[in-house]
Amino acid sequence: MEHSVLSLLIFIPIAGMVTILCLPSQAQDLVKKVALAFTLPPLVLGIWLFLHFNRTTPDLQFVVKVPWIAAYNIEYFVGVDGISISMVLLTAFLCPICILASWGIERAVKGYFALFLLLDAAMVGVFCAMDFFLFYIFWELMLLPMYFLIGIWGGPRREYAAIKFFLYTMLGSVLMLIAMLVFYFQTDFSFDLTKLATTAKHFSADPVLFGLTMPQLLWIGLFINFAVKIPAFPFHTWLPDAHVEAPTAISVILAGVLLKMGTYGILRINYPLLPEATLQLAPYFLGALGAWNIIYGALCALAQCFIEPKDMKKLVAYSSISHMGYVMLGMASFTPQGINGAVLQMFNHGTITAMLFLIVGVIYDRAHHRRIDGFGGLASVMPVYTGVMALAFFAAMGLPGLSAFISEVLVLLGAWQRYKIPTVIGAATVILTAGYLLWTIQQMFLGKPREDYAQMHLTEINARELCMLIPIGVVVLILGVYPHAVLDLLNVSLLNLNKIVLAAAQGTAVALH
Amino acid sequence: MSLGSVDSLVYLYPEGVLSLAIVIIFIADLLVKDKEQLGNIALGGATLALVFTSGLSFFGYRLIAGLQCGNDGCWLFHRMMVLDNFAVFFKVILALSAVGAIWMSLGSNEVKGPNQGEYYGILLGSTLGMFFMASAANLLMAYLALEFVSLTSYVLTGYQRHNRRSGEAALKYLIYGGVASGTMIYGMSWVFGLTGTMDYTEINAALMQGDPNRLALLIALVLIFAGFGYKIAAVPFHMWAPDVYHGAPIPITAFLAVGSKAAGFALLMRFFYPVLSKAGEGGAWHVLAGVDWPQLMLVISMITMTLGNLAALNQENVKRLLAYSSIAHAGYTLMGFVVLSDEGLRAMLFYLVVYYLMNLGAFLVVMVVANNTGREDLEGFRGLAWRGGALPAIAMAIFLFSLTGLPPLAGFIGKFYLFYAVVKEHFYYLAVVGILNSVVSLYYYVRIVKTMFLDMPLGSEGEVTLDLHNGSLLALLSGATLILGLYWAPVVDFANRSAHFFLG
Repeated sequence: MEHSVLSLLIFIPIAGMVTILCLPSQAQDLVKKVALAFTLPPLVLGIWLFLHFNRTTPDLQFVVKVPWIAAYNIEYFVGVDGISISMVLLTAFLCPICILASWGIERAVKGYFALFLLLDAAMVGVFCAMDFFLFYIFWELMLLPMYFLIGIWGGPRREYAAIKFFLYTMLGSVLMLIAMLVFYFQTDFSFDLTKLATTAKHFSADPVLFGLTMPQLLWIGLFINFAVKIPAFPFHTWLPDAHVEAPTAISVILAGVLLKMGTYGILRINYPLLPEATLQLAPYFLGALGAWNIIYGALCALAQCFIEPKDMKKLVAYSSISHMGYVMLGMASFTPQGINGAVLQMFNHGTITAMLFLIVGVIYDRAHHRRIDGFGGLASVMPVYTGVMALAFFAAMGLPGLSAFISEVLVLLGAWQRYKIPTVIGAATVILTAGYLLWTIQQMFLGKPREDYAQMHLTEINARELCMLIPIGVVVLILGVYPHAVLDLLNVSLLNLNKIVLAAAQGTAVALH
Repeated sequence: MSLGSVDSLVYLYPEGVLSLAIVIIFIADLLVKDKEQLGNIALGGATLALVFTSGLSFFGYRLIAGLQCGNDGCWLFHRMMVLDNFAVFFKVILALSAVGAIWMSLGSNEVKGPNQGEYYGILLGSTLGMFFMASAANLLMAYLALEFVSLTSYVLTGYQRHNRRSGEAALKYLIYGGVASGTMIYGMSWVFGLTGTMDYTEINAALMQGDPNRLALLIALVLIFAGFGYKIAAVPFHMWAPDVYHGAPIPITAFLAVGSKAAGFALLMRFFYPVLSKAGEGGAWHVLAGVDWPQLMLVISMITMTLGNLAALNQENVKRLLAYSSIAHAGYTLMGFVVLSDEGLRAMLFYLVVYYLMNLGAFLVVMVVANNTGREDLEGFRGLAWRGGALPAIAMAIFLFSLTGLPPLAGFIGKFYLFYAVVKEHFYYLAVVGILNSVVSLYYYVRIVKTMFLDMPLGSEGEVTLDLHNGSLLALLSGATLILGLYWAPVVDFANRSAHFFLG
């Protein structure tokens, strides 16, 4: 169990995919049930992982390391530490929920769930991979299912959204390929991320291009790759398109897990592999840009309340950009509070934004549109739904007692010690966030019910939908009062990572593991 | 060691099998009524040649033909040809191409007709010529082999005599080919003038000792490259490719795209590496006589991939699109050529293997669609996955994503080794141009995928069905593309072993 748990997490969904492909395509219900059956064991394994994870060491745990292509030192090397454990748990948690959210899929059901399970495996793989080559494989492997899931089962402009997503991500990842090879030749021909972490000092300090040194160029190349995923301005334009067109479950995965890969990648690769360049560049690329992301995303979201087509999903999409800005700002602070807050925010945003997209999905399934001004007084028609919505919206707003409050405060506390103006921007944006969320609540849920509701069949939220939303809501509540459930997982590893980066400034190396 | 004519013959048994098959086909053509059988004879011949080359490898050659040949290889026919691991590697790829093309021909609607005997005979003849290209060790032999392949290719391109497009393609091919080979032999005469010999090793020795006129040598090399570059469809000698690929019967297009190109690369590599450069320490090679041809190749490589990809963006005919894509892939493959290292060589060899799989597969899907609906344009692929052609559509998606270079498919591993060689020698800008090109290529490959999966059929397109004959090859190719993306160690070992030239 100790050694096989991560591999099981990766390969159970693949087994599920193969099983589904073998089923007859008429058996739609069976396909859905099988898909659910193959995402539940990973959830159980995730809980097991949560219980057995050693919170006192920054070392990798549950490691498996076997040669894959021995001649080129390519290994199947998986393991988790504090940086990745929360993301693995988040993925295992959200996937069954997304399967439930996809219950209404009617077209090419077999293909949809097979691709979804492949995506599931690839996501877990990215978070577990400790070999750069393996990491790259899983990273790219996510693209294909994502392209089809948006492109075949998406909304009216799905083709445009899918290809845009594909091109942006591909552009980033090929840069990572080059960076990966440069690292490989800098070490003694290794893709092992733990070994690569000690190599940056071998680079010469001379400028190579535009006055930038080799580590800085590599840092920027890798950053562009990850920035596309975060998504950081100006690489964010694929996100609103992809979200608006994607089916609900895919939006959940996209915002809940995929965006986190950007910031996770920076922590996993940029920070330990290029600590010096990180210290030099993070204030601009993560600190300043993070603050800009926060306010830019919030303004764009606010605009959705007033500008046609007043799409609620687009609003949530832009709010993601804003919230991911907090992660960037926190990471760039190099303080224990900031970096812990950043990773906690990754987890919290993953849960809250998942709720938001599910909520949009619930109303869209009934009314077949999601215009903010197309509703009004929903509270009296769908009271339970309104209650769940309120929890999610207030959590997104950062209300004390709910999870995002803790992480945003930690981020701002940490960032204040290093950057004054960006922190002020970040803190002040909370008002904008409250603005667009409250405005939406007011327009959609308060007031008198509209007269055309009779044609929309606005039935109350059903049991399946509650099964998706309630578990996430419980997590949001628990983490609001007891954030240590997640923080304890992260703390030791992140402090160690922070120490490595700061030590680079003094020229002393600290071993990562 | 160098063998005389009679001793050499025994080492040519794969070529012998091919020749025998050609003769049998031509005789049987006169006797048999059911012309379909001729294709089976050709398939048998090519398969036997494949078994003899691949199953036995270089070691097997020695075992069967006696141990006269040395460990690393030997010269045949008084140093006109050479037999070494490198040659065997290419013969395997070429035999595979022939088997693939013949298998496709057997399932193609375009090839049916009374002239099948000639078709299969000439196809095997072309393969025979390519075998000679792989082991030519003398400028004269190189020229003869290349011309042999060219002449047979012209005929095959124009096989559909009553199809205007086919005829036009053949004529264009002939004219371009004539110019290219004329230029090439003129360049060869310059080399002969400069060094006084046609023999590869002697040219190499002459360049190492003497100090030939650099400008003259450079001009000679450029002229010779016109011929080689024409075979691999590198810019600026690529102009024939779109028209010929478009006009030729699809199995022949596939054969030209994988076989002819591989043979061209064999000639190119054997001439430019062991003849014009010298192996140094740690797998690095050095140019001789101070002629910096890698610099020239660098530019050609970048232009070839960029032009190929940009031109492919707006193509509406899938065969034509794949033609431009194959030009771009010649550019990618050349990346391994310009770095002048053993790494680069093995990356090219490996790439040619995966290129074979994915390109042959892509053309096979085009053929399946054309067989069913008679259409080769992009619109003909509309909604392919939703009108009975789900399996060909999925296979096509695998091939196209592999051509883009996405993991976990073989094409990614191929590109990975190319970039590996490029980054190792610090050609960072070449690497950046290469990756940007990969992104551009994604757009047009995905356009086909989009048409097949994301667009709904309008109803006017016919159903597409996959028969067992084409389906089995399709399964084999797509399976191999997938498996090589996950476990490729045996193939890379094979490429590793084969990236050595016999230098005598």
